[in-house]
Amino acid sequence: MTRVVSASRNLRARTGTTGLVYVALVIVLVVSALFVAFQGGSLFTAANTVDLFTRSSLLGFLAIGQTLVILCRSLDLSVGYVAALSTMVAAITMAGDPSRIVLGVGVTLGLAALIGLVNGLVITKLRVNPFITTLGMGLIIKGYLDTRFQGPAGSIPAEFQMFGLSRVGVLPVSTLVMLALAVAVILFLRRSRTGFHMYAVGGDAEVARLSGIRPELPVITAHVLCSMTAGAAGLLLASRFGTGNSLVYNNGYELEAIAAVVLGGTYLLGGRGGVAGTVAGVFILATLDTVFNTLSVDPFVKDVLRGAIVIATVAIYARGQHTRAAVRLRFPSGGAPPSATGPPDPPTPPPPEPETAAQGGTR
Amino acid sequence: MRASRVLLAGAAGLTLILSACTTDAPEDPDGASADGENGGELTPDAEWFDQAEFDAQLAQRDIEPEGPADEPWMQAIEPEWVDTADFAIDDPEDAHVCFSNASVSNPWRVTGFITMEQQVEALVDEGRIGSFDSSDAADDDNQQISDIQAFVDSGNCDAIIISPSTTATLTPAVETACESGVPVVVFDRGVNSDCMVTFIHPIGGYAYGADAADFLVENLDPGSTVLALRILPGVDVLEHRWAAAQEIFGDSELDVLGFEFTEGDGAQIKDLVSQHLQRGEVNGIWMDAGDGAVAGLEAFEDAGQPYPVIAGEDELSFMRKWDEEGLTAIGPVYSNFQWRTPVIAAGMILAGEEVPAEWILPQEPVREDDLDEYLDRNSDMPSLHYAKFGGEDLPGFPEAWVDR
Amino acid sequence: MSALRGGTGTVTVLLVLIFVVIATQNPSFFEGPPLMAFAKKAAPLVVLAIGQYLVIVSGEFDLSVGSLVGAQVVIAARLIDGDQAMTYPVIGLMLLFGLLVGLVNGLVTTLLKVPSIITTLGTMLILFGAVRYWTGGAPTGALSEDFRVFGRHGPDGVPVIGQLPWALVIAVVLTVGAILLMRSPYGRSLMATGDNDTAAAFSGVRVWRVRTLAFVGSSLMATVAAILIGGFAGVTAQVGEGLEFTAITAVVLGGVVLGGGRGTVVAAVLGALTVEALFTLFNQLYLPSTIQPTAQGLIIIAAVAYASRRGDLRLPERLRRRPDHPNERQLDSSRR
Repeated sequence: MTRVVSASRNLRARTGTTGLVYVALVIVLVVSALFVAFQGGSLFTAANTVDLFTRSSLLGFLAIGQTLVILCRSLDLSVGYVAALSTMVAAITMAGDPSRIVLGVGVTLGLAALIGLVNGLVITKLRVNPFITTLGMGLIIKGYLDTRFQGPAGSIPAEFQMFGLSRVGVLPVSTLVMLALAVAVILFLRRSRTGFHMYAVGGDAEVARLSGIRPELPVITAHVLCSMTAGAAGLLLASRFGTGNSLVYNNGYELEAIAAVVLGGTYLLGGRGGVAGTVAGVFILATLDTVFNTLSVDPFVKDVLRGAIVIATVAIYARGQHTRAAVRLRFPSGGAPPSATGPPDPPTPPPPEPETAAQGGTR
Repeated sequence: MRASRVLLAGAAGLTLILSACTTDAPEDPDGASADGENGGELTPDAEWFDQAEFDAQLAQRDIEPEGPADEPWMQAIEPEWVDTADFAIDDPEDAHVCFSNASVSNPWRVTGFITMEQQVEALVDEGRIGSFDSSDAADDDNQQISDIQAFVDSGNCDAIIISPSTTATLTPAVETACESGVPVVVFDRGVNSDCMVTFIHPIGGYAYGADAADFLVENLDPGSTVLALRILPGVDVLEHRWAAAQEIFGDSELDVLGFEFTEGDGAQIKDLVSQHLQRGEVNGIWMDAGDGAVAGLEAFEDAGQPYPVIAGEDELSFMRKWDEEGLTAIGPVYSNFQWRTPVIAAGMILAGEEVPAEWILPQEPVREDDLDEYLDRNSDMPSLHYAKFGGEDLPGFPEAWVDR
Repeated sequence: MSALRGGTGTVTVLLVLIFVVIATQNPSFFEGPPLMAFAKKAAPLVVLAIGQYLVIVSGEFDLSVGSLVGAQVVIAARLIDGDQAMTYPVIGLMLLFGLLVGLVNGLVTTLLKVPSIITTLGTMLILFGAVRYWTGGAPTGALSEDFRVFGRHGPDGVPVIGQLPWALVIAVVLTVGAILLMRSPYGRSLMATGDNDTAAAFSGVRVWRVRTLAFVGSSLMATVAAILIGGFAGVTAQVGEGLEFTAITAVVLGGVVLGGGRGTVVAAVLGALTVEALFTLFNQLYLPSTIQPTAQGLIIIAAVAYASRRGDLRLPERLRRRPDHPNERQLDSSRR
């Protein structure tokens, strides 16, 4: 039981980095704006702002889902393939017919959920490492796509293309949907029992098990939700393309999403972080892209800068956490050590399930 | 516990057996199977084969193009000239031309983009355009849609040039660009729309694939074996090449062993060819792009087998190998000089000059007879440079292409 | 017998099974030259797997190896540019460059505490972009014949097998070297670090140094792999792409546990051979190239699931173990 208490105390610690991430976002924006200004341009024109938001929405969907699995100390390398499959399924199901939009969205998200379910079951029940499970799942989907489709197929009705192409002022509809999803997931993580259990399982699966949480359920849920957000990303892509294109799996979305999550301050070893930070991480990457574009940076230099900035930012976070947990300095290792500091956080430690004690006892 | 263990072992075994079974399975109806026995019945994929377009492209190979013979990038096959007076601006020397590039992710595109930049330099010097801006989408369709949108929203572009990464998916974005009122020039891959002022491209994929396949048919005895090496599925320009080859091989006496996807990676090409050589003779190699051709030829060397009849590309390492070893070969060309034309066209449009609505550039393979000439012209150029890049008269030649 | 326990057993069975199916399809595969051709093709992945093994067993990842292989081949082609005399100086330079990349990966991961997946993802992007920027997007120059000897040739006239590829010799030497390394005090520290870095630190292991050296090992192995791959097939723009995932797959297929502390060099090498044998099998079966990834994915998942049922991966959640949770440690050790 003491573990549950300490887990809830960690609630504060786990959101502590979010502030830092937003500071980083502001710094990135200010530095970028100055830099662009020095080059004789302006970063915050309406055009650039639209561009920045548009770039953030796709990655946003993928990264929100990825945050959930990473919180559970899992990983999903199949999201790019799921998104690619989803573009095809959506475009073929809708077949250009506005009356089939709901059906198309339903089938796409349903199939994505099913893939997530398989990922989750293989990881928890067959005990295959998430890295291998989702890498394998990606290969399976890739093989199916390459065999079944010889290029773009299907058609998205104009009404649904609005999702990807229209905007309200400077805010694209897709970004609004992405932000709404982010809020929903934040509420889910804070208010629902499963959400709380995700932190607990990621924080320490053994302890979570001892305190009566079945670790399988949150992990499976996270994978289902992650695949569904990848499905949503696929829907967005399809609506922007007007058709399905399976080759989008080549774009390396999975690694970009993981980078966004980690930039957002979520601890790669699970248990700490959150979606609010991820959204900031996504905006940091989108800002960089917009700046690179405004300045016509050589595409290869872009990769170099992106790599360097991601490493540097994560190193700075690690340092920030590091000083707070200076005790741990003696034991260097890969990840940032978790900070045990921070006062107990009042919000939402959900009451343990009634059967908790009994379950814990049997183990 | 035990049961699931057995189950898993079964699953692994089953997968292997299932894989094994495909050998005996009947030919895949859509022709996607690489089964060697059915080479004679090859039929191209309906999805990528358009008989009318195929016939048109093959005919275009023999049509004398209009325009100066020593400037193939200015030539056009059966052009339909359109008036561009509406797009003319008063001060073209200040015009800002924007270019949304799909990527520079392969040597062909790298070579072409250098040529384009040098052409821009020439046009700026001549006062035909003022400045040039490009964005690179790194083969990401979604990124390119954003890139085009950004150009449109910025309102700074007097003309927008687009090299789409995928035909179908970029169509809405190109239409958006057209609606913004500035002249749009599309080149290389097309889009499913004719809203642009001009669409510039060489004859096309069918002609490319047919040049290569015809050469193999002519130079190999009936019954000879041919292996097709392809880069990846689902890309229209590449699929057209293969569809044309299937059509031609299907009518021939050649035995097509199958096709392999290589992702253009030399190690994979060499390994796949070596494996085919272990199982029997390979007399001919058909490739949908030639930048790994040398690795494929080395597999023959290492296996101690005679060189095949090969269709590569106008890529220099292949052409040099061809010359050194005296191969029976052809270098089909997907005219790299097409990268000059779009910026020239943009300048013409902004000056109100007529341009062809569809600007079809000539596309002539490199054959034995002109091999020496092209090797000579490109003697300073590095490997992975394309012989028909057509930039010899541009500023910065040859340094810009030599020191990349 | 103990060698067959754990993951090594599963991967051995799988490898034998694959070879049996290949033999039924193509009996001549096991005659000398085809087998040597297979060895030549498989050697780079074996070498990469050894490097990746060192990193994984210490509890980290190295995603940068694919990009590093590509970068090294392109660097070699550009600097050698067909000049035989430059061969060995450039190989020396490549090894130094590999050393540098490994040091950066290692130090950023251990001292700056950036998770290795992010560090190496970053170096992957940096190497990919920097080398292309340097060469203007596509590789230029050419490798010399001397350079290519290692990946392509070998002493001829050996009985039965014909030509003994240098690549095979190099892979065997490095495998033996790695086995010896893992038996040395360093190897034991590395294993202990991967198993439980807190405990290792308590018992006097300098964790950061041990891990950094593992990254250096991985980058050096990637450099050797680059020499072999460049030698095997020359320079193409795509060289090295996706190799990091293939290498990690190979290592895990061998039963080495992501998260560290378990598995043997031999297992990793067998895993690499299995992956290559699988590719060969698909090809021998005339399996349509497009469906191959699906079969590959199914087999990998099934094999790892099977191995975990056998008990090697009792606690998959330990993949991403937190470095300092005394309670979890105790639970772990009581379970073993």
